[in-house]
Amino acid sequence: MKKQNAVRGAVASPYLVWTLLFIVAPLLFVLWFAFTDASGAFSLESIKGLSTYGRTFVMSIGFSLIATVVCFLIGYPLAYCMSKASARSRSLLLVLLMLPMWTSLLVRTYALMALLDNGGIISNALSGIGLLKDQHLNFIGTEGAVILGMIYDFLPYMVLPIYTSMTKLDVRYIEAANDLGCNGLQTMFRVILPLTRPGIVSGLTMVFVPSISTFYISQKLGGGSFDLIGDTIERQFQNAVTYNTGAAISLVMMVLILISIGIMNRFTDSQEVVVR
Amino acid sequence: MKNVSRIYMTLIFLLLYAPILVVIFFSFNEAESLSHFEGFSLSWYAELFEDDEALTALRNSLILAVVSSLSATVLGVIAAFAIDRTKRKWVARAMESVSNIPMMNPDIVTGVSMMLLFVGIAAIIHSQPFLGVWTMIVAHTTFNLPYVILSVLPKFREMDRSLSEAALDLGCTPFKTFFRVELPYILPGAISGMMISFALSLDDFVISHFVSSPDFRTLPLYIYNQTVHDVKFSMYALCTLIVFAVLAVLIVVNVTGSFRASRQRRKAGQRQ
Repeated sequence: MKKQNAVRGAVASPYLVWTLLFIVAPLLFVLWFAFTDASGAFSLESIKGLSTYGRTFVMSIGFSLIATVVCFLIGYPLAYCMSKASARSRSLLLVLLMLPMWTSLLVRTYALMALLDNGGIISNALSGIGLLKDQHLNFIGTEGAVILGMIYDFLPYMVLPIYTSMTKLDVRYIEAANDLGCNGLQTMFRVILPLTRPGIVSGLTMVFVPSISTFYISQKLGGGSFDLIGDTIERQFQNAVTYNTGAAISLVMMVLILISIGIMNRFTDSQEVVVR
Repeated sequence: MKNVSRIYMTLIFLLLYAPILVVIFFSFNEAESLSHFEGFSLSWYAELFEDDEALTALRNSLILAVVSSLSATVLGVIAAFAIDRTKRKWVARAMESVSNIPMMNPDIVTGVSMMLLFVGIAAIIHSQPFLGVWTMIVAHTTFNLPYVILSVLPKFREMDRSLSEAALDLGCTPFKTFFRVELPYILPGAISGMMISFALSLDDFVISHFVSSPDFRTLPLYIYNQTVHDVKFSMYALCTLIVFAVLAVLIVVNVTGSFRASRQRRKAGQRQ
């Protein structure tokens, strides 16, 4: 039995080595770079320097919160409608939902640009019907465009987990609520919404995390006028001198996201109690 | 009520698809214009296929996806086996959580941390930075690993232990038991994990952006590079091809299976 354990240990070792080398070590390197300067000596300069990025953090959090809330408001009813559709149309709807998810984010953002650009479809259409005279309407570079980009790119990630929760929902709960005199709205808010909370939490995280860390969306649709956290990090890594600042910002973002995931998990944990 | 829901779904899906449809439509435009459709033409597609860089990028993407999905599957099966057989619950849970880190972290943090690892090691051994095909393979294998574990571990958990015990009793070595009894049982999970890895690797832009060098550019990196400054209509052609390729795969692979589950990642940290 001892020998068998040793063999098992030997078999597991490639995985353990890989994990230590390529999952744990990289995070230690982020820490190391965040707390050193360009010469490699210990320094708190990068961490102290973070205060200059306060505006960036506030703006990023704001944009991604708005995008997340809008995605929820659009996505929840969509998931509900999808779960109520017939089995045949459900599989079609799922393909429609998943096609954007597996299509590169670059492609989707680039496509959205074709709509919002000053030579883009919306601008052209408006001048076509004579609303714009000899001028172009350029949405690129506005807050709205960046937030719209986030909503457009990540909406399916909100819908899918909620939809999955909905389809797992036991219909008898809803019937019971109706029998006991709930009207449609009451059933929605007191039965369906709480029971689909795990899906909601997944959806919120799956929109919030990529939104707050994006840089392609803000680069393309923000036209360079918005520096979100992702852009700031990306820029620091163009040049070896600023790796330390980049590491410090990444570290803060990682902590920020871990905290928000932790808070979200609280909600799913307490939900278990409510159901029982 | 039925009608309201139908109208709502149609509306949202139309909005979701409007940009993609516009791009598909104008990729066939003879003129380089989003306002006038001057006639059907495949010239943007011709331009794309004459671009050696695009073809090289496609080839690189495929090589990387094959290599990294294979290596992630091998490592992931080993990992799931190790996690399943670990007696102490907290050790198993810790192993699983650590493996999940690349899935939980935003891609940019994974990319940055990987880059710093390679840059840091290069600095320690005083060598030139060595970003390129090998760092790409390592990074892709690493971020694919949790998805393989996620699809293989349940298979190990549901498997009846007495099967492998019987094999051992009848004189199989542990290795032979693994290949003759356990591996065949978990194979469907391993295959779906490999397919997910393959797709994620093809799709990845952010992590690759940080650990790549110009000598080894994948398709998403190529698109990024092409779209930094200008709008290029040959990119609309490429976008169209990508959308149709994804559509074809989605129709072939049964949608309700593993692909759906895998995109539902970051389950806010909780285990499946």
